[in-house]
Amino acid sequence: MDLNYSADETAFRDEVRGWLEANIPTDIRDKVVNYHGLSKEDYGRWHRVLADKGWSVPHWPVEWGGTGWDITRRYIYDEQFGLAGAPMLPPFGPSMCASVLLKFGTPQQKERFLPRIRTGQDFWVQGYSEPGAGSDLAALKTRAVRSSTSSGDVYRVTGQKIWTTLGHYGDWIFCLVRTDSSVEKRQEGISFLLIDMKSPGITVRPLILMDGGHEVNEVFFDDVAVPVENLVFEENKGWTVAKYLLGHERMGSGSVGASRRELAALKDLATRELKNGQPLINDARFRDKLTRVEIELDALELTSMRFLDKMRRTGQPPGADVSMLKIRGTEVQQAITELMMQAVGPMAAPFQAVDGGQIDHVTSRLAPRYFNYRKASIYAGSNEIQRNIIAKMTLGL
Amino acid sequence: MNFELSDEQQQLADAVRKILAGSYGFEQRQAVLRSASGFSDSTWATLADMGLMALALPEADGGFGGGAVDLMAPMEACGEALLVEPLLDHIVAGRLLARTGSVPQRAALLPGLIDGTRHLAFASLEPGQRYALAPVATTAQQSSGVWVLDGSKSVVVGAAQAHTLIVSARTPEGTSLFVVDAKAPGVQLNPSRTADGLRAADVQFKAVRLGADALLGTAGAALPAIEEAVDFATALLCADAIGAMQYALDATLDYTKTRKQFGSPIASFQVLQHRMVEMLITLEQARSMAIRAAAQVDAGGDPRERSRVVSGAKIKIADAAQLISQEAVQLHGGMGMTEELKVSHTFRRLTMAAQRFGDADHHLERYAALS
Repeated sequence: MDLNYSADETAFRDEVRGWLEANIPTDIRDKVVNYHGLSKEDYGRWHRVLADKGWSVPHWPVEWGGTGWDITRRYIYDEQFGLAGAPMLPPFGPSMCASVLLKFGTPQQKERFLPRIRTGQDFWVQGYSEPGAGSDLAALKTRAVRSSTSSGDVYRVTGQKIWTTLGHYGDWIFCLVRTDSSVEKRQEGISFLLIDMKSPGITVRPLILMDGGHEVNEVFFDDVAVPVENLVFEENKGWTVAKYLLGHERMGSGSVGASRRELAALKDLATRELKNGQPLINDARFRDKLTRVEIELDALELTSMRFLDKMRRTGQPPGADVSMLKIRGTEVQQAITELMMQAVGPMAAPFQAVDGGQIDHVTSRLAPRYFNYRKASIYAGSNEIQRNIIAKMTLGL
Repeated sequence: MNFELSDEQQQLADAVRKILAGSYGFEQRQAVLRSASGFSDSTWATLADMGLMALALPEADGGFGGGAVDLMAPMEACGEALLVEPLLDHIVAGRLLARTGSVPQRAALLPGLIDGTRHLAFASLEPGQRYALAPVATTAQQSSGVWVLDGSKSVVVGAAQAHTLIVSARTPEGTSLFVVDAKAPGVQLNPSRTADGLRAADVQFKAVRLGADALLGTAGAALPAIEEAVDFATALLCADAIGAMQYALDATLDYTKTRKQFGSPIASFQVLQHRMVEMLITLEQARSMAIRAAAQVDAGGDPRERSRVVSGAKIKIADAAQLISQEAVQLHGGMGMTEELKVSHTFRRLTMAAQRFGDADHHLERYAALS
């Protein structure tokens, strides 16, 4: 029994930490720790810094630009991003689309897309959910009909995607579409398509969330022509691709590093805030809530390491263990945002300066941050869906 | 990083589990509970034979030089079996002796403790003092070469069987520890059965005369050793509770998979599935904290950090024990309420575990003070 990283792993951790501290552009880090969204340019700039270092796609095979790190190093790398306030690259290209291409893509598709994903030339987004297909993804209706044109065969895509995170930055979108509506089993008749977002017929409409931020979108497809060479794997076998992707969730899904940094920020805040002239952090009622969150996070970090250790020993993918980390990780994130907002009491109310007024830039972000993080238990497979997965896979129910 | 038990640790855990499964099943345990002593001599002898009483003692004292991490898996097995023999209390008394006793004191008492023939208990808690470890109501005064012990102790688990009590008492110098013969004149026991079936006693000391050699270590200097021993005990209790919680979850899964209502196993209902998932996640989180507490106690080092980590674990285990035991009974329905099912006994065990050595509030306060 040894709860600590090996000397090599500790050295690696220090290397990543030191490099991140020295190389995150200050303005980008400031945005992250002050809860401001990043522009497409910010993501692109950071992506290039990582790519130049050779760290933009650590989990890829070495021949495509991966680092060859084992799962422990990949976990450490992710955690250090969170701790340092370095933004994770959006997963849609480097993690999701790339995993699919590496497993199912043709040599031409790999050649065409992977290098550009590695360097960040293309910003990828995900087209899965639809208004009528959320947790029940197989209910999707966006239609793709194969037809011939003078310049070759195309799929004509018509329908709507929703909750497209950073869709307004997207150069490319990977979509699950229905290529056969006649099948009895809904999971059959779905295909995985890569779509250039500059194609005529695509409209992106913002969905403004309750924090006032523009993060997600609706994407409408009106008879969009997609060349057939952009089909990944076989026609009507897209569900196989989607399931493969679900089995490759990251072990870092508990976001322990980021929550550590947020918890430290919460403690700072609660030390500065006064209640009856005393630091709020010494108030027993507040303190107990904070301690319970800290303990849950400590436990989550150890549970993540236990699962990592099990994975390393058995060579098996993490399966439903990742669901556990996702549930507790998002609960901890949400609890911290809630306590942050409560810590500043009435000062959480001012939200936007108007008519030339001035407001505190830190406290004014705490309520929107709390609002925004309600998403965490909904996205990436709602926590209820995660419980279904654990019930089935781990408990055998 | 390695969370796996060593081969030796795994073999010992398997052996303890196997023996308890064979000789300490539900009905056998019920018979122990109903017996006059509430104690199984044969189980006690077996646990001693397996080396559990010696495991965490120094090799110089005839022990195996192990620690809390080595005892973790055996304690889980004891928790799963709802062992009522005061193994934990015996081990903790041994730790106090080993860490504070002189060579002659250790030589006189530890061999019997190790082979199980001499039963020891640690008399610490006092009426009206909740979880405080510094004695108030028990005092010892020195006069012409002897100590005179007066006062009272509460809920001394294992006192009824004990030949020897390790007693904390206030002396003019501060907190001190004494070895007291349980049959000495002036020692009076008021025995009881705890809510989870252990035998305990309130103990009165009325002008109990002790030789100079009854004092363990230096007078007034015992509190750090007591705090260390209780942190160690708390880490073991956490492991015990993990075993009981694992049983509660497994039993609930088994029950809901077989119990049919509305024509289906009730485990097919999503509302119950999600509650069992919550039990599982809570258990895994609690297990992580129990492992860390044991590792921290073994690492030694800064006592404040040790106590903070143990408090963190105890808060998590207390919360988890409550949630998992309550959900286990609820999901068993009426059957979960009856004495006929082990789950109700597990409920009692976990309820007491949540409070023993400090409830969540006690440890929240201590954690904050140490952070």
